[in-house]
Amino acid sequence: MKVTEAVKLLEAEVLCGDTEAVDIFTACGSDMMSDVLAFVKEQACLLTGLVNPQVVRTAEMMDIKCVIFVRGKKPDEDILSLAMAKDIVVLRTDKSMFSACGALYSGGLRGGKLA
Amino acid sequence: MGIKLKYEVDGEDFTRAGEASGDIKKTLKKLGFPPETVRNVAIAVYEGEINMVIHANGGEITADLSEDGITVVLADKGPGIPDIGMAMKEGYSTAPDNVRALGFGAGMGLPNIKKYSDGMEIDSVVGEGTTIKLKFLPKQ
Ligand SMILES: Nc1ncnc2c1ncn2[C@@H]1O[C@H](COP(=O)(O)OP(=O)(O)OP(=O)(O)O)[C@@H](O)[C@H]1O
Ligand SMILES: [Mg+2]
Repeated sequence: MKVTEAVKLLEAEVLCGDTEAVDIFTACGSDMMSDVLAFVKEQACLLTGLVNPQVVRTAEMMDIKCVIFVRGKKPDEDILSLAMAKDIVVLRTDKSMFSACGALYSGGLRGGKLA
Repeated sequence: MGIKLKYEVDGEDFTRAGEASGDIKKTLKKLGFPPETVRNVAIAVYEGEINMVIHANGGEITADLSEDGITVVLADKGPGIPDIGMAMKEGYSTAPDNVRALGFGAGMGLPNIKKYSDGMEIDSVVGEGTTIKLKFLPKQ
């Protein structure tokens, strides 16, 4: 689905990036970047409650084009400018991790294969 | 082609960890290496760069890029790894809670580096430091 669709499902706020330009095929929810680096394989979006620049770095290395901060977490300007420089779309939603994943799942998104 | 890149990794600044890996990734992409190779190198080197910052107070990364292979050396003067066999096991980590709160310290980094590289040699002396040499063979 287009990220635009995910924005609707999550009642999310778009913090940066072009939501029409990015397609997501699968999703991964984790607060541990170690696990994201070790397990995520396919082109995914990343849902996380962790807020620091390494979330964006991890997405960059993994070719993840969309990061979604859950539980109303607010990334600071440094994180957003890094995401913009790396062409990564950033959203935030007030939903919990569980509800956010559920909303995307109901919308048709499925978990990817684990690497 | 034969390009050498060199980076100092600041051990004090967690927020900047990943700059070297990001730059290597960008360079490989620009040079036209296959996307899978670019991703493999980026993930492995990033894991190594993060390790340097959280376990070894920084270090130096050098990368040698050519069509027939990519060699990356990560060298630090940190505490060293007493038992490399143990450190290579999935789930083994000595990372303290403050590192875990930053999203790292699951003990997955070194095994992941092995998975994404085509050759990995670790040289480590306790009290002197650690050097990890990685080899990647571009696959089309
Ligand atoms: N450069 C290094 N210098 C000293 N010790 C290291 C270094 N790299 C790894 N280690 C040791 O090896 C252990 C395992 O490393 P590994 O990268 O697999 O896991 P981690 O860094 O603890 O967690 P994760 O990588 O999942 O975030 C570390 O906890 C640490 O004790
Ligand atoms: Mg590690």
